[in-house]
Amino acid sequence: MSDLNTRMIEKYRNDFLKEVEANVEEGEWVKMCMQCGVCSGSCPLGKHWAHPPQEIFMMIRAGKREEVLTSDSMWMCTSCYNCIVRCPRELPITHIMHGLATYSKKLGLVPKGQPTATFAEIFWNNMMKKGRVNELKLGLSLYFKDGFGQGIKNAMANQKLGMSMMKAKRMSPAEFFGGHGIKDVGGLQKMIKKAQELEEARMKKFD
Amino acid sequence: MSEEKKFAAYICTGCGIGDRLDAASLENVATREGRMNVVKQHEMLCSKEGVKMIQDDIDNDGVTHIVIAACSRRAKVDAFSFPESKVAVTRANLREGVIWARPDTDEARETTQEMAEDYIRMSCGEIKQMNPPKPSGQQERNPNILVVGGGVTGMTAALEAAAAGYTVHLVEKSGELGGHAAKLHKRVPFKAAPVGTPNSPDANLPMPEETGVPEMIQAVESNDNIKVYLNSRITKTSGAPGRFSVDISTESGDTVTENIGSIIQATGFTPWDPSVLSELHYSDSPDVITQLELEELANAAGDGPIKRPSDGKEVKAVVFVQDVGQNSDKEGELPYDSGVGDLVSIKQALYFKHHNGDCDTTIVYDNLRTPGAPGEDFYRSGQKNGVIFTKGDVKEVVPGDTLTVKMHDKILDEDAEIHADLVVLDVGMVPNSGPDPYAATESLEGMSDEEREAELEAQAEEAADETAVSVESILNLTYRQGTDLPQLKWGFTDSHFICFPYETRRTGIYAAGPVRRPMDIKQAMDDATGAAMKAIQEIELAAQGRANHPRTGDLSFPTFRREGCTQCKRCTVECPFGAIDEDEERYPQYNESRCRRCGTCMGACPVRVISFENYSVNTVGAQIKECLIPEEWDEKPRILVLACENDAYPALDQAAIAGQEISPWARVIPVRCLGSVSLSWVTDALNNGYDGIIMMGCKRGEDYQCHFVRGSTMANERMAKVGDTLESLNLEPERVVVHEVAITDIERAPALIKEMEETIEKVGLSPFKF
Amino acid sequence: MAKYTYSYYPGCSSQKGASSSNLMKSVQTMCEELDVELKEIPDWNCCSASIGYASGSELPRITLSARNIALSEEHNPGETIVATCAACWLATREAAERLSHDPQLKAEADQALAEAGLKLKNETPIKHMAEVLVEDIGFENIQAGVKKPLEGIKIAGYVGCQTNRPFGIHGESFENPVYLDKMIEAVGAESVPTYEKKVQCCGGALAFSEPEKSQEMIKGIIEAAYDNGADMIATPCPLCQANVEIYQDQINERYNTKFNMPVVYYSQLISVAYGRSAEDAALDGQIIPAKQLEEIAKK
Repeated sequence: MSDLNTRMIEKYRNDFLKEVEANVEEGEWVKMCMQCGVCSGSCPLGKHWAHPPQEIFMMIRAGKREEVLTSDSMWMCTSCYNCIVRCPRELPITHIMHGLATYSKKLGLVPKGQPTATFAEIFWNNMMKKGRVNELKLGLSLYFKDGFGQGIKNAMANQKLGMSMMKAKRMSPAEFFGGHGIKDVGGLQKMIKKAQELEEARMKKFD
Repeated sequence: MSEEKKFAAYICTGCGIGDRLDAASLENVATREGRMNVVKQHEMLCSKEGVKMIQDDIDNDGVTHIVIAACSRRAKVDAFSFPESKVAVTRANLREGVIWARPDTDEARETTQEMAEDYIRMSCGEIKQMNPPKPSGQQERNPNILVVGGGVTGMTAALEAAAAGYTVHLVEKSGELGGHAAKLHKRVPFKAAPVGTPNSPDANLPMPEETGVPEMIQAVESNDNIKVYLNSRITKTSGAPGRFSVDISTESGDTVTENIGSIIQATGFTPWDPSVLSELHYSDSPDVITQLELEELANAAGDGPIKRPSDGKEVKAVVFVQDVGQNSDKEGELPYDSGVGDLVSIKQALYFKHHNGDCDTTIVYDNLRTPGAPGEDFYRSGQKNGVIFTKGDVKEVVPGDTLTVKMHDKILDEDAEIHADLVVLDVGMVPNSGPDPYAATESLEGMSDEEREAELEAQAEEAADETAVSVESILNLTYRQGTDLPQLKWGFTDSHFICFPYETRRTGIYAAGPVRRPMDIKQAMDDATGAAMKAIQEIELAAQGRANHPRTGDLSFPTFRREGCTQCKRCTVECPFGAIDEDEERYPQYNESRCRRCGTCMGACPVRVISFENYSVNTVGAQIKECLIPEEWDEKPRILVLACENDAYPALDQAAIAGQEISPWARVIPVRCLGSVSLSWVTDALNNGYDGIIMMGCKRGEDYQCHFVRGSTMANERMAKVGDTLESLNLEPERVVVHEVAITDIERAPALIKEMEETIEKVGLSPFKF
Repeated sequence: MAKYTYSYYPGCSSQKGASSSNLMKSVQTMCEELDVELKEIPDWNCCSASIGYASGSELPRITLSARNIALSEEHNPGETIVATCAACWLATREAAERLSHDPQLKAEADQALAEAGLKLKNETPIKHMAEVLVEDIGFENIQAGVKKPLEGIKIAGYVGCQTNRPFGIHGESFENPVYLDKMIEAVGAESVPTYEKKVQCCGGALAFSEPEKSQEMIKGIIEAAYDNGADMIATPCPLCQANVEIYQDQINERYNTKFNMPVVYYSQLISVAYGRSAEDAALDGQIIPAKQLEEIAKK
């Protein structure tokens, strides 16, 4: 994996573009970007992206592999789909950003402590346990992601919110013990495992 | 036709004219003051019955001169033209010019009626000075078209004209047809992807296609209507449309003379030489080449990969540098963009994708331009096939076994280097124009006397310098105003860029293809087809002695009274179309079919000897004179508006149609072009007691709107002298103004008249009311 | 037999005791009134929402939704799937479209589904509940059943992101969809057509991971509603509702504002306008009470 991460790429060659096309969801669209910048201007969190989507696309084409894959930028995507509907070239930008984030995670290149990456993982694991999301445990895991001490602090800070939610019957302490889930958890887990294996087999190696 | 003149005025009472105006009184004015022999009213003059009434008077009653007092001269043109009868016709504009321009109120009634009566008086005065126009008979129908230049543009023009039944003489200076296009490997596709083609990266998008040039050459060579002259040049062109005499000379000196009806100049372009940009190392690195040179490499590749010139190595990475020496303000570079270079680079990058497998192709552009219907799809086609497009500014190409392109990436805002085996430069197109006939005079425009002197001296020095490279003439015209077509900008051969592409300032000679602006094969073929149509139209119009654009079909043409002429040459110099030569005795020599009938010569003539049968110093002068000037105590000023018939006059019509009020003091006289305005009209009007004069012409200068290109400019220069007249009459200078008015100025044009009304209120009425 | 029947995909947040249980409750009430029968897809699973992507890359994620479609096709054959949650709807519809366009992906998904003993036909239309209201039932019919028009309430229709993009409601603009305003007017309330934040992002899942960045956007959404004189905000999206409602205290603290803007579901508006009780309309699920609706419900 470490070889992969430090792979030297000749600038403005197709190497990294080809890797993105092969291994990143909807990556084959990257080359179709015409650099108009509408995506960057349409992103609600645009100002927080070190490299907005337009730039990411150019960086891929300029062969800036490491800078792209270790970037915090695509983790800023809120999945609002504004860029998708506005892109004059109809690039599925949201999905490409998701795909880049996923690929970066697969290669272990995500910046350490990236909160959305952490949350995404907690969410996935939470869901995979019983086939449905357990919101209470999801919240708690998020509070405690940075250790027990910080977790208590986070929980205290959101205590009022939690109490209101419980009062409105929109959060249930019962969820902590068991809670909702599907019947065929086993089937679901086997299914996902298979999907993961199939997808892994499809990945192309580039080094 | 009898010599007897019989004058008739017909007053229409339709469209509300009869309701708003006292028609009986108008009839009275036409009869008593206008002294018309026949005066009739009709409730709808443009109707079949109305027109028949007039036609009957022409046929049975011997009416020869007709005033139509109805709508604007821009309306019902066909109904009131009487083409089969040799009659003079003018129009008094009672509808747009009077009733629609004035409010329907009791207070306005009197001044509105006065306006209408004045227009009747003016038209009656005008018609008496008019004669039915007739052609000069200077030329007959000559169905031969000369095409200069045997590239795609020239060949297309030749094929189109030949297909329409005309004979074409196609002259090519080199030894073969086809021009640059014959050297191309493939051409940029002509057609966009089908409608509905998705945006997806696997869409079926247009690809480079066969040039079609060999087939075109074959078609030209086998066409019986086309005669091809290779290794030949035009050594002399004299005459005029319909009667050109053209000497075609071969390299060996043989000359044939052909009679030609009209001419198409399709002399194409030369690629700009990038050697001056030393940082790109075009002249000292064999692997830095131009796009045209790459075509040769691609042709040489056959079925194998494209190899680079230095060592024959297969190209694995190529960089295209766009807009080299273009859009530049640097001396020796091109101030414009050739527009098609980006499409060419996309095409060539696709050559590498086809021939050289995995070759990396990077196009470094600043602004990517992909004009034409297939442009955007072709751009996508390049992207789809993995061509890398990067917005950047190339600073340097470092030569070597591997070339390094140093650039600033403008998206990532950082300096970057790209390694390549081959670098291709997109250089601009330099038009193959002849020497600009106006280069010397135009460079003097707007200069002070001192600057003018210095410039003339510099020009003389340059002319004396024998080492200087002079541009070779292409047409060798024997015209008074120079050997070749005028140029508009950046050396491109002139064309009327707003209204009439291909139309140059030399009637019957059309420019097509990259000689008039940069363009690709598809555009050049469209251009050539348009020019062929124009050439055909000119042949047919010249045969009838009729004018071409914009007074299409006009039979009138200028003549001069020889005994009054002082041989001052102003008309021969100032004619925007170079229509007037000088004869052996140095008198002006008019060439009817070169003339566009703008009257700029008439406006130029200081002794007023130039006139048209139906438009002259006297026809307008009579209108100025016949308008009734109220006594000073009536407090009714009169504002003379001389309005260009192409833009300002229709703008005023449109204003009235749109419900804009026009000052009741205005009396509007249409003129063919502000260039035709005689200074004497201004002087006469001031002497007659007009309080203000407004001249409305078209926008002049580089982005002119003038139909006659230079007419408006000429008028402006002449009117600079009006100040002296005003001074000698002891009148305020603000009484005479010149405005640029566009056809869209429907609010502004009436406002300008209103402005003059206010000026007159300020400076008082003219003291010249007798 | 009900006039309309659908195969219902409620989604995780609509379960009992979950964050949008009030949506589920009011949707049930609304459907009773509109004669809509919702047949829940047995043993449906989470769609992995818009945050599942990082760990659940393309195929696993799409397979999750494929399982729901397969279950619906097996147990509720011939019925259109209806989701009330924007993310559930989007994920399911997106999965169906991608599987129908990409045969390789479909083949792989089939293999994975086989592990759970399922088979996907992928022939089922997938609708959002808003589409049911707009397209199947229609504004006129909604209006016809109103018993207590919500007169005197000015409601900013907040459509949000995923109900609107990338699919949206057929015929609506992405930049300015108007169906929610029409729905608000159909129940007798006053809409706010000038509400400029109607399709602004609330931060979505990033409200959890990037609270500061998200709350800055939420602040704008609430502020614009106040600026336009709205009494409350109505939305079709459970995450929008939660994000815009529940963080108002924290926003007030951070920005020194005094927000107290009720945020309700369209289904609550319809339930109250159709004369149902505050409890049936799940008004007790509000963190910020919608007092004007409670009063009408009481009458």
